[in-house]
Amino acid sequence: MVAPPTASGLTPEFADVTRDESSLRRFLHGLPGVDQVGVEQRAAGLGTRSIKKASKLWAIDTAISMVDLTTLEGADTVGKVRSLCAKARRPDPDRPEVPKAAAVCVYPDLVETAVRALAGSGVGVASVATAFPSGRSSMRVKIADTELAVAAGASEVDMVIDRGAFLSGRYGQVFDEIATIKHACGDAHLKVILETGELATYDNVRRASWLGLLAGGDFIKTSTGKVSPAATLPVTHVMLQAVRDWHDSTGELRGVKPAGGIRTTKDAIRYLVAVHEVAGPEWLSPELFRFGASSLLNDLLMQRRTQLDGHYSGPDYVTVD
Amino acid sequence: MSDRMSVLKTYKLFIGGAFPRSESGRSYPVNDHRGNFLANAAQASRKDVREAVTAARKAFPGWSGATAYNRGQVLYRVAELLEGRREQFIAEVAASEGVQAKRAQSIVDGAIDRWVWYAGWTDKLAMVFGSSNPVAGPYFNFTMPEPTGVAGVLAPQQSSLLGLVSVLAPVIATGSTAVVVSSLDRPLPAITLSEVLATSDVPGGVVNILTGRAAELGPWLASHADVNAIDLTGAPESMRADLERAAAGTVKRVLRAPSSEPDWTRAPDISRLKRYLEHKTVWHPVGV
Repeated sequence: MVAPPTASGLTPEFADVTRDESSLRRFLHGLPGVDQVGVEQRAAGLGTRSIKKASKLWAIDTAISMVDLTTLEGADTVGKVRSLCAKARRPDPDRPEVPKAAAVCVYPDLVETAVRALAGSGVGVASVATAFPSGRSSMRVKIADTELAVAAGASEVDMVIDRGAFLSGRYGQVFDEIATIKHACGDAHLKVILETGELATYDNVRRASWLGLLAGGDFIKTSTGKVSPAATLPVTHVMLQAVRDWHDSTGELRGVKPAGGIRTTKDAIRYLVAVHEVAGPEWLSPELFRFGASSLLNDLLMQRRTQLDGHYSGPDYVTVD
Repeated sequence: MSDRMSVLKTYKLFIGGAFPRSESGRSYPVNDHRGNFLANAAQASRKDVREAVTAARKAFPGWSGATAYNRGQVLYRVAELLEGRREQFIAEVAASEGVQAKRAQSIVDGAIDRWVWYAGWTDKLAMVFGSSNPVAGPYFNFTMPEPTGVAGVLAPQQSSLLGLVSVLAPVIATGSTAVVVSSLDRPLPAITLSEVLATSDVPGGVVNILTGRAAELGPWLASHADVNAIDLTGAPESMRADLERAAAGTVKRVLRAPSSEPDWTRAPDISRLKRYLEHKTVWHPVGV
């Protein structure tokens, strides 16, 4: 291993695992395989739970508080980021009791705008970094990208792993990159984007999850949102199992963030059920579970109105963004 | 020879161009005017209303954005298909409404003619309802009609085809999209119309047809915030005031209905078209 920084607080067992590339490989390949049929069936089964009335309202409010309101377009402007920040502060202007979103997620150059617009609100600013979304650049660029975001005031950094390196089995390199970026983050939380749509198998998702956790990621995140398929329930199951197992063996709580393709309240509630059943109730908090989404928030707000008003709501009653 | 058992039908709903069963799983028997069993029809629930409105909203940009000429052609094509199903419609109208074959025939012909009549209006609306307004200033001032949006239509309970066509055609001729609740006791012509629409060029979701009780579905349509207009023709008289009140909460165009069903055979006028149009006025500087 080349990188000086090492993941902090590793139990001796795991410190041994990350000693060198071959022990890392031995560990990752020694993880139990994922039963594909089983995990898909379980995900589909949990998806059929019926959540109604007061529980639904609770789920909607919880989901709103977990949204990382995201805009990652080439066409993003300062104005768009500002209006998104206003929405994160007060998602439904007619109803002040609606919880705030967890964070706003933007490109590094727009972090400053977001930080200024969110000052004092308690809403975090997340920035994607490390040559998002492909991750295809040199380490120097990736570190500089991260430092730019952190210096501008980002409280959370969403990095992408080098999928090319991961898929060709260079786990040590991926580990080092994550650990180096974690170091560059300083106090900012690090979310490690696995881009599960490119990892091909659930076994790879499990390995990448563990790699992210071993290297010090505070969150593991499914996708950039630029690749299809993005987040799916079974993939999120596998990742939730990883953070649960991590907690069981180290006592540390790490988070999961599905991102991309979650557009409806129904979907969001399915994820919350999975979080509760697979990881545990303590993960039902924005500290440990987030949704990376943009259009989801509007659907949550519409459903919230439907629940409270007793009639169906429509997109004319929420903001267009 | 006549040992053959005919296939008994259980019809489904028409939502977004597909034929799903009711989310509730309910269906109800449809009888002819003498009480003999004709078929089973799906009994739509509030969630079917929700799905239908979503489908209608999704279809709205495409349908309202199509050129008036194109919309007209699509509707003429529907008339061709109606003509092809003429015998089936005549049999269903005769069975449902309890009229003689000859009368049923004239009702069906009247319905097809009415469809054609409304189809002809698509590219004439802008001329008749729009205007170029004189203003005291260096401006052009135009008013042009635009489709209202998603319309909920509680179709007439008595007139199962001619009445249905008379309330549905003006909605889609203007470029709006429709969620129709058919006659409860006489739904077969509406179901056959949905089969016609499914095989025509009308994009999925422009017309959604639900069979079931207007008394059950009406309130959900009337209060739905994503429905822009509601036609109360088929609503029970005792409920109309409540439906209007519910519709007011989300600012809908409400088409009030006379206490008894109008005579649908009377020549139509443009009043129904007018109800599904919004007027937009534009000021434009002159000579720049």
